Parts: sequence; C-alpha cells; structure tokens
Amino acid sequence: MSSFMSQWVYTDTVKDHFMNPRNLWDEKEDFQADGIGEVGSLACGDQMRVGIQVKDDKISALRWLTYGCASAIASTSMMSELAVGMSLEDAYHITPNMITDALGGLPEHKFHCSVLGDKALRAAIDDYLEKNGRPNPYKANTAKIICECKGVTDVQIEELVKNDKVKTFEELQALTGASTACGKCRGRIKEHLEEMLHIYGK
Amino acid sequence: MDKYIYLDNNATTQMADEVREIMRENESLYGNASSMHRAGRDAECAIEWAREEVAKLIDGEKSGVYFTSGASESNNTIFSTFRDIIDDGSKRNRIITTTIEHPSIIEEVKYLKGKGYRIDEVGVDCYGKVKLDELKSMLGDDVALVSVMWANNETGTIQDVKEAAELAHSCGAYFHSDATQAIGKIPVSVKECGIDYLSLSAHKFYGPKGIGVLYAAAKAPLKPFVHGGHQEGGLRAGTYNTLNIIGLGEAAKLAREGLKEEYEKLYALREKLRKGILERIDHVIINGHPTDFLPGTLNASFPNAEGESILLYLDMEGIEVSTGSACATGSLEPSYVLLASGLDVELAHGSIRFSLGRYNTESDIDYTLEKLPAIIERVRTMSTRKGFDK
Repeated sequence: MSSFMSQWVYTDTVKDHFMNPRNLWDEKEDFQADGIGEVGSLACGDQMRVGIQVKDDKISALRWLTYGCASAIASTSMMSELAVGMSLEDAYHITPNMITDALGGLPEHKFHCSVLGDKALRAAIDDYLEKNGRPNPYKANTAKIICECKGVTDVQIEELVKNDKVKTFEELQALTGASTACGKCRGRIKEHLEEMLHIYGK
Repeated sequence: MDKYIYLDNNATTQMADEVREIMRENESLYGNASSMHRAGRDAECAIEWAREEVAKLIDGEKSGVYFTSGASESNNTIFSTFRDIIDDGSKRNRIITTTIEHPSIIEEVKYLKGKGYRIDEVGVDCYGKVKLDELKSMLGDDVALVSVMWANNETGTIQDVKEAAELAHSCGAYFHSDATQAIGKIPVSVKECGIDYLSLSAHKFYGPKGIGVLYAAAKAPLKPFVHGGHQEGGLRAGTYNTLNIIGLGEAAKLAREGLKEEYEKLYALREKLRKGILERIDHVIINGHPTDFLPGTLNASFPNAEGESILLYLDMEGIEVSTGSACATGSLEPSYVLLASGLDVELAHGSIRFSLGRYNTESDIDYTLEKLPAIIERVRTMSTRKGFDK
C-alpha cells in the first residue's frame, strides 16, 4: 500500500456513462430510425452511428453505437441524453463543448478525436430531412466563417472532406481560395482540415 | 478494490521482497563511493558486488558493466557514441537498426536522421521477426553499428540475436542489443551471442526504477556520456546511486538463480491464458511469433472492439493490462510495432497486451478468463462494426 491514491482517468460522470451507457442501440430492439448518421472510421479509432426518431420536429428517441475509447462511449451517451426531447434545430446546435461540459470535462487530447456524437447527430438530422424531401435550413446557419477574406466556412471544409474533394491544405487553397489572401487564418484552417480528415477517416 | 491483478509486467514489475529487504538493510550506506574513507569504501564494495552480479547474469565481463539511469539512457548513449565516432571522421558512417525498437531508439533515430546521419531500419515479418535477409542486404563496409532488440516489449517476439550479431560482425560492424525485455525471462549471454553492447533496466525484472546498465565488451568503443567525474572509467560522471545499484544487484542475482523456474511458470500461465481466450472468445487474433515468444507475454487483437475500452472495463474489474490502441497513447496512430508486422490498423486499435510476472498465479488467469469474455462481448455489442470479415 502507498500513501497516494489516484482518481480514475476520467470524471465520475464519464465513468457512469461508460459503465451504464444510455440509449444504446440494441440490435434485438428493432429500432426504426427516421434518420441515420455516421462519422469517423475504425481505422482512426473512433466511429459513431446515430439513429433518430422524429415527432413534430422533435427528437423523440435516439439510439447510438460507438467503436472507440471510454470518452467516445461516454460522450455519445451524454449527447443522447441531451438530444432526446430537443427540437431538430436545437439538436443541430449541440456542440462538443456542451457534451464535454455535461461530462464534467475531458482530457485535452481526448476532446478532438473522441467527441464526435454531435456530428453523427447532425448527419442523422441531415439524413432525416433529405429522406423526407425537406430543405435543410440548419446546415447553412451553423456554418462559421474561418477565412474572412474568402468567406470559407467550417461546414464548407467539412463537406469537401466528407465528399473526397480535398485531402491537403494546398488542395483546399486551390479549390476555395482559403488562406490565400491575408493568411491570418492559416493555422485555424489547417487545424480544422486535419480534424475533419481524422473524423471522416480520410 | 477487492481484486487486484497486475498483468502489465512488461511495463514495469514490483520489486521483489528480497530486493526491498537488501535495500532497507543498506539504507544507512550513505557514503560517496568515490571517497577513500570507510563510508566511501563500504558503498564502493556494495557497488562492485552489484557489478559482479550483473556481469554474471549476462555472462559478460565485470569491467564492461556501466551503471546508467536505465535502458533509455543506455540506448541513447550507444547512438550518441556512434554519432561521435562518425563525427570524428570514421569511414564507417552508417547505422542499421529495426522498425520495432523501443521509443528510446526510434526517437533517437528520428533525431539523428533529422541532423543528416545515415540510418536504415530493417523491417519485420508478420510475426514481428526482424528479416535477417533484409539486414544482410543492407550491410556493407560503411556500417558502423547494427542495433537489434533482443525481444519485443509489445509482441514478445524473440529476435535471432546471435545470427544478427554474426551478420553485423561479418561486415566489421559492432552489434548492440536492447535486452530490456529479455533479461530474467530467457537466457541472455553476451559471450555466446557475440554481443558488443547491451542495454537493460532493473525495474523490468523486479529491481528498482531509475537504474540500469549499458554493457560494452572490452574491444567496443565508448565515448564519455556524462562529463564531469571519474566514475565508470570517466565515461558516466555522477555520484553513484548506491541503493538502487544494490537493488539491481540483488534483482540480477535472483534473475540468474531463478531463470528456469521463472521461464516455466510464465510459459505455463501464458499458454493457459492464450488457450482460455481462444476457447471462450470468437474471432481473436494472437499477435507475435507462434513459437519464439517471451514466456509471459500475450498480445491479442479483438476485432470490432477498441483497446482502451477493453482496458478500462478490465481495470474496473481490477485487472491491469495495456493496449496498442491510439486512444491510450494520446497520439492518432496505434502501435507502430504491430503496424510494422503488417497488422491491420483496426486490429492494432483492438489489441491488448497481457504481460505476466513472477507474482501472478493460476487463479489470476482464471479470474481474467472469467471476466474478459463478457467485456469483449459488451464492447462488441456497442460497436458500430458488427460482422467479422477477417
């Protein structure tokens, strides 16, 4: 025995969600999803699939699956608790920060790679709207401009990565003009691009 | 926590009771071993006893044993020695090592390559064995040093060190082996294998942390690596870490005397665990060499399950292991050792290393086999990937 006692790797809330995940997608349940979204890849170590049921433009039920570490499991579980009962619009605006705060914090290096639940949820909402032939008013509204000179948004970069249009910073510059004028956003553009490449397993 | 089962002995081991005891007994030995008075001489006497024990353990010369802070320092030192030799204008200006070395070599190599030094890395086969034919094809009269680890920390695969040393010598190069994981588990003889340099760490075989050895054969060159004193033949300055050296000496003695028994025990426990896992869990891949493996090391991949989750669910049950998953390392890449042997990235993320030690029992393995199947099932149930295509 020693006189030192460590805490667990993560907060008690993370531990609780890791040990008792909420809204897990049990294959035996026959959950009929109105929309399904998936992000990440097994190759990069984290992948989430989210299925939603929608009633009166609210998320009435949600199920998820996760391949990933404890913080990936806990953050998807926490996202599911936040999202159920929310309007589609509010659910679309759930951020990694909201999930992380609700979990009582995550180690810095876990934040980017493991909190993907919000993105899977947005993909599920996109899928729901598309399946129902409805316009998607949320997508453009959530976009934030990163490159002010050329008006390039984070969502734009995300879409380009998702659809295999860009793989490198140089390709992104050529295609969108991002960070080709004053160049102040270079660091943030690169960081966002790398994150998206990782998340979508490109 | 009721249960506490430590299956991470390749990371570090607990000190043996005998080691703790001899260190406690000699707590009052505070003299500086470099002093001429009695307190100094007593400390020196203890250090020389430990040096002798290390020499006996590795079947080398006592005069070739240099105490360091551990194998990382020993490994770094060998590469910086040869960096000096190359800087001094040696015609031999190339170093060859492998893709599966410990980070204290991998990172040193990256650093030196960045400075323009010529270093080549030999690959491994699907079992993690260094390809000797590839090594042979890389050799030439410009090679100064070949460095091949004795056994790998992650897969447990034992290398053909003797053959690699012969190849190195055939072209006139020196041969170094990082034997950190092999010591105390399998026989290590520098004489029989023709080893010029060897690294080891006490804490991997039930000794204290922060102490290790760089062994250099009489004819093998060494450059001073800590300047500032006459200790260790003027090569490694600094007041002797007497107590830890005594602990290392005792650990070396125990390792030599108990080697056969240790080998048989660890081998039996490892095989019980391996067979038990294969019987109880579907779709498991055992990594590493099928016959040339360290007794006590079992590396398994569980497809569709991620390593950190498995590790932490096991931790909740009081079972401590390690994983090759990127998630547990804080980097984006999973184990480079497993990837080097051609293992699929997903399988590297889902790898778990069980490393058994002297203080594990059969009931530890029974308990692990009782808990593990449900944990793998649970992680797989949660997983986005359901089918098995591998």
